[in-house]
Amino acid sequence: MSDKYIVSETVLGALIDAAARSGRRILGPKAVAERIEITEIKTASELANSGQSTVSAKGTVFPKVERLLRYRFEGKNVALEDVEPQVQPTVLFGIRPCEARAFHALDVVFNWDYKDKFFNTRLANTTVVAMSCTQADDSCFCTSVGSRPDDTAGSDILLSTLKAGGFVAEVLTDKGKALVALAKDAFQPLTGDAGLVPPATVAPAFDAKVLQQKLAAKFDSPLWAEQSLRCLGCGACAFVCPTCVCFDIQDEADTRQGQRLRAWDSCGMRMFTLHASGHNPRDKQSQRWRQRVYHKFAYYPERFATLGCVGCGKCSRACPVDMNLKQHLVEAAE
Amino acid sequence: MQDDKNIYKPYLMKIAAITDEAPGVRTFRLEFADPKEGEAFTFTTGQFGLYSAFGEGESTFCIASSPTRKGYIECTFRETGRVTSSLADKDVGDVIGFRGPYGNVFPLDKWKGKSLIFVAGGIALPPLRSVIWNCLDLRDWFKDITVVYGARSVGDLVYKNELEDWGKRTDMKLVVTVDPGGERPGWTGKVGFVPHIIEQLSPPAANTVAIVCGPPIMIKLTLPVLAKLGFGKNEIYTTLENRMKCGLGKCGRCNTGKSYVCKDGPVYTLAELEQLPAEY
Repeated sequence: MSDKYIVSETVLGALIDAAARSGRRILGPKAVAERIEITEIKTASELANSGQSTVSAKGTVFPKVERLLRYRFEGKNVALEDVEPQVQPTVLFGIRPCEARAFHALDVVFNWDYKDKFFNTRLANTTVVAMSCTQADDSCFCTSVGSRPDDTAGSDILLSTLKAGGFVAEVLTDKGKALVALAKDAFQPLTGDAGLVPPATVAPAFDAKVLQQKLAAKFDSPLWAEQSLRCLGCGACAFVCPTCVCFDIQDEADTRQGQRLRAWDSCGMRMFTLHASGHNPRDKQSQRWRQRVYHKFAYYPERFATLGCVGCGKCSRACPVDMNLKQHLVEAAE
Repeated sequence: MQDDKNIYKPYLMKIAAITDEAPGVRTFRLEFADPKEGEAFTFTTGQFGLYSAFGEGESTFCIASSPTRKGYIECTFRETGRVTSSLADKDVGDVIGFRGPYGNVFPLDKWKGKSLIFVAGGIALPPLRSVIWNCLDLRDWFKDITVVYGARSVGDLVYKNELEDWGKRTDMKLVVTVDPGGERPGWTGKVGFVPHIIEQLSPPAANTVAIVCGPPIMIKLTLPVLAKLGFGKNEIYTTLENRMKCGLGKCGRCNTGKSYVCKDGPVYTLAELEQLPAEY
C-alpha cells in the first residue's frame, strides 16, 4: 500500500533540509556545464527535472573504486585489517525511475550466492526518491524492457509532476516513510484527481522476450561483427551503465602497507578475459560486443529472472562512435 | 552463510615448502598461519582458490593437493605475470593470501567402481594431480587407473618425483610423453603428441571415465580420439581455467553463456561444455 501526498517545491526543499540535518547525504541529478551529474544537492531547485545524467547513480551502492581490504607488511608476516564499508546514509533525490529500477539488477548478482556486504550495506543506507520522466529522448527504451517512465520499482518514493506546479509524492516503502516523517507536517494527503503532467511517451521498440528467443539462435550471426565494426572497446557504455556490475580487483601498496581495491571494469575490454598464457576466449571486439548483449538480454533472464538492462539509453548517449543500443537490439530481435 | 562477512578477505598462509618443478614452474606447500582456520578448512577435489601476493594482487589456481592429505594445501604455478612473478620471489616462511575453496568438484562418488583415465598436458597436470592423488588414496573405489601426461620437453614435465613414484606403482599405469624433439638421450618415455599416444594406447571405453585437462589445442585434438574410442559425452570430464577476479560469481570475467565457471565449474562434462559457447 502506498500513500500519496501533494508537495510543493518548497516542501521538497524542506524535506531535503531536514534529511541533510539528520546526517543524510543528498545526491541528485544536477546540470553541470553541458551535462547532468549525480552530485550533492542542497535545494530542490538545483535538481535537473528532465534529461538523463551522463553517468548513472550506481556509484552510490557500487562505487567506481572501493576498498575491500587493508594490510601491513611486518617482516615476513602480513597483518590483515578488515575493512568496513564506509557509508553515509544517502538520499538519492530526483533520479529517473529507470535508475531506481537498476538496483535490482545489481542486487541479484551481489547476492545470488555469496552475499556482498559492501553492496548490501550501501543499498540498505540508500533511500531512493525517483522522479517520473515527463520527457524522453531517442535513446530511451524503458518500455521495451518491462519498465515505463513512471515505474515505481526500486524507488522508496516516486515523485510525479503536477500540471499546476509541485509534485505528487507516492510513498512506497518503510524507508520512504521514514524520510517523509522528517518533514511530515508539510505533506498534504492527496485527494481527488492529481492533474499530473502526463509521463513521457516512449514507444516500445522491441519485445524483450522475442529478443531473448532470437538471441538463442543468433550467437553465430554476422550481426555482431557488423554492429561492432566501429566499436573502440573503450568501455564508456559500461562505465555510464546503471546495471553493469563487472569489476576488477587490484592491489595498491608501498613497502609498508597496501590495500585491495575493487574497480569498475568492462567486458568490452580486451584484457577482461585475457589468460596469462596469452589465450583470449573473447579475442575479437565482435565477441565482446556479443557478450555485452547476451549477458544483459539472454544470460541475465535465464539465470536471474530479470533483464540486465533498464532501457535508460545512457550507453548510446555516451558512445563516442554512436553505437545505439536500442537500434542494435531492434535488429537483433528481427 | 554469514552475511556480514567480508567475502574478499583471504586466509593468511605460510609457505611451508617450495619445489621447483620445471623452468618457471613452482609448487608451494601452504599452511594456515592461524592453525584454527586450518582445522576448520575443508575442500573437495576439483576446487580452486585465489592466491595473493600482497601488494601485487590475486591469481587463480587450482588446489593441486588432495583433500585426503590434511594440514596443508599445495598450488603449482608458472611465473607469467605480476602476481606470479612476485609469488616466485617468495621464500619458505613468507606469508601469502588464499581465498577459497571455490567452484564445483570432481564427482568421485559417481566414478566409484569404474576405471579412470587421466589425460593431462603441460602445466595442466596440477588440477588433475589433486584428483589423481585423491583417487589413489581411495584406490579400492576404482578399477584401472591410467595417467597419460605429455609436455613439450622432458624439462617441462612437472612433479618429476611423483611421476617416478607413479611409474613404479603396480596399481596404476603411467604413460609420459614429450613432443618430438623434446626428448633427451636416455629418455625412456614416449615421444609424440598426447592425442596420438591415446590413439596408440586405445584404452577401452567401457565403464571408464576420462578426465582431460591441457592446453586448448590438446583438448581439441584429444576429444575426437576419445569419441572414436567410444567414450560418451557424459563420461569425459575437464576443468576450465577462465580468468577470474572474484571467484564468487560476481565480477563477470569467467561468464561463458549462462555459466559462471567459478560457480558452475570449473569441472564440466563434455556434454555440459557443448551447451556453452566456446569462450574458454
